[in-house]
Amino acid sequence: MRAFYALFVARNKEFLRDRATLAWNFLFPILAVFALALIFSGDERDVYKVALVGVAPDGTAGDHAPPPVQAFLKTRYVKFVPVEDLAEAQEKVRHHQFDMVLDVTPATRYWVNPENPRGYFLERVLWGGGNTNGFAREELDGRRIRYVDWLLPGILGINMTFGCLWGVGYVIVRYRTAHVLRRLMASPVTAFQFIAAQIASRMMLVAFVTTVLFVGMDLVLDFIQLGSLIELAFMFALGAVCHIALGILIASRTQSQELAGGLLNLATWPMMFLSGVWFSLEGSADWLVALAQIFPLTHLVNATRQIMLDGATLATVWPEAAIMAGMTAVFLAAGSALFRW
Amino acid sequence: MPAILEVRNLVKHYPKVRAVDGVSFAVEEGVCFGLLGPNGAGKTTTVEIMEGLTPPTSGEVLYRGRPPDRAFKQEVGIQFQSTALQDFLTTRECLELFAQFYRRSLPIDEVVQMCSLQDFIGQDNRKLSGGQRQRLFLALALINDPLLLFLDEPTTGMDPQARQNFWQLIQSIKARGKTILLTTHYMEEAYVLCDEVAIMDKGRIIAQGTPEALLMAHFEGVWLELPRESFAPAEGFPWKTRVTGEIIGIHTANMNETLHYLMERNVVLTDLRVKSPTLEDLFLELTGHELRS
Repeated sequence: MRAFYALFVARNKEFLRDRATLAWNFLFPILAVFALALIFSGDERDVYKVALVGVAPDGTAGDHAPPPVQAFLKTRYVKFVPVEDLAEAQEKVRHHQFDMVLDVTPATRYWVNPENPRGYFLERVLWGGGNTNGFAREELDGRRIRYVDWLLPGILGINMTFGCLWGVGYVIVRYRTAHVLRRLMASPVTAFQFIAAQIASRMMLVAFVTTVLFVGMDLVLDFIQLGSLIELAFMFALGAVCHIALGILIASRTQSQELAGGLLNLATWPMMFLSGVWFSLEGSADWLVALAQIFPLTHLVNATRQIMLDGATLATVWPEAAIMAGMTAVFLAAGSALFRW
Repeated sequence: MPAILEVRNLVKHYPKVRAVDGVSFAVEEGVCFGLLGPNGAGKTTTVEIMEGLTPPTSGEVLYRGRPPDRAFKQEVGIQFQSTALQDFLTTRECLELFAQFYRRSLPIDEVVQMCSLQDFIGQDNRKLSGGQRQRLFLALALINDPLLLFLDEPTTGMDPQARQNFWQLIQSIKARGKTILLTTHYMEEAYVLCDEVAIMDKGRIIAQGTPEALLMAHFEGVWLELPRESFAPAEGFPWKTRVTGEIIGIHTANMNETLHYLMERNVVLTDLRVKSPTLEDLFLELTGHELRS
């Protein structure tokens, strides 16, 4: 235990005194969030989005839709999205992801969020004049989900991915090539003590960095966090362990820093683009969605996004947690079996 | 004296190299044992096998008469030829870190005093000079007050003054009764520090004994050295000669007779030097090739 604690403290000192790396761990997510929020904040105002329920199998409103609906569907600059699940569409109206849900059957009902000005304009167009034109109006309350709200779980996740993979995987290979591991091997320190200290140190540092970013960005952006903070922290912790385990597996036998860099890039770059950090994978090709499932970051982002934006609980996101736990077990088992000083 | 460490018929093969080829020797408790030889002789591989860092192809290592067990790493200290420590740690923090690895350790201040680390105790270990780094690595090897100390080429890369200082340090550790296994390709270092030496070449031990005994066994007499320009031996010259750069050496067991012979032939003796045989001469004698080739 003394050896473990000594290695844990030594690694923490190494990280915290490396000011350039420490600064980058904070700067990268902040820059990414603000840059992307700035870039994409304009686009979403250009198009009104209306979810249509009760549509025909071919995706159109069909002949049974009343004339006012038929006229409304011809409105330009409005994107009409056929949906099957009314409850899901209503939830998106609450979060301003849809501006209106319209039932195109003769029932002629619609739902808007009174806090959403675009919903107000759409219903004025739907009415076609000063009265309700026979439509039944229902209101849904909820706070708008901005792109930055949707983006934040992914940014925290990708920052964690980089921190864990490079901070553990690359550091172990650097220790090996510089013969630090060799010096430790000559002492009574065991491989288990060494690896456990690396995991514990990185977990603590990731928790510290993520907490500071979470609190700091909340103060500035006031982002949406509907779920339990404890459950959110649990999912982030599970994601961190999973990525640390992957880093240990990559570093288990790698003998050169160049190769380690290549392998770590091979792991991080596809995750960066295919794990749904920047854009939703909904509507992407099936093979791409299937491929994304092999990345732990995909599951981390899905789970944390559901907790933060939908108020989901562990009872809902347990499949993501189970997959990450399984991946962690496989990575750790393989990394331990393959590990060489 | 009982042997604290013994190797029996040690062999290590790599795909294209037979690095260690049937090496056997024993190190008695309390002595400084030197394993000498040029780069590539197999010294480091032999020591790594003894340290438990590299498995042998065949042969065995015995520590206190038995194969090394878990206690071995608690009781030995190792200074590597090439190693590094965690970045951003000061000299004291490195010592404190390693002290935690052992069940028993010396007080940090005692090790600092012993290895003269006071001047750079608060300095980042990456910013130490070559000599300072080696002193720190020696201190780390001593932190557990080991019974047996492995020193692998400890003064390689040091300037002459730093090397002299390091030798004094090793001698003070010897005076504490520690057993030391030293590998070096500096024969002078071995002569100064070692009670017994084994000379290795091409994976084998080619001579073993105390430095004095080995020199007495292989040499009788001294070397007389002259500039080549002042003397060229004619055919039938009665003594053995050798040429090293611009110097010609004459080996003689009877200096009076040789000097008389040279003076009779009007050889200029102004730059004459008399040199006793060294371990380096012994290596040359045994292998027929230069030590640092």
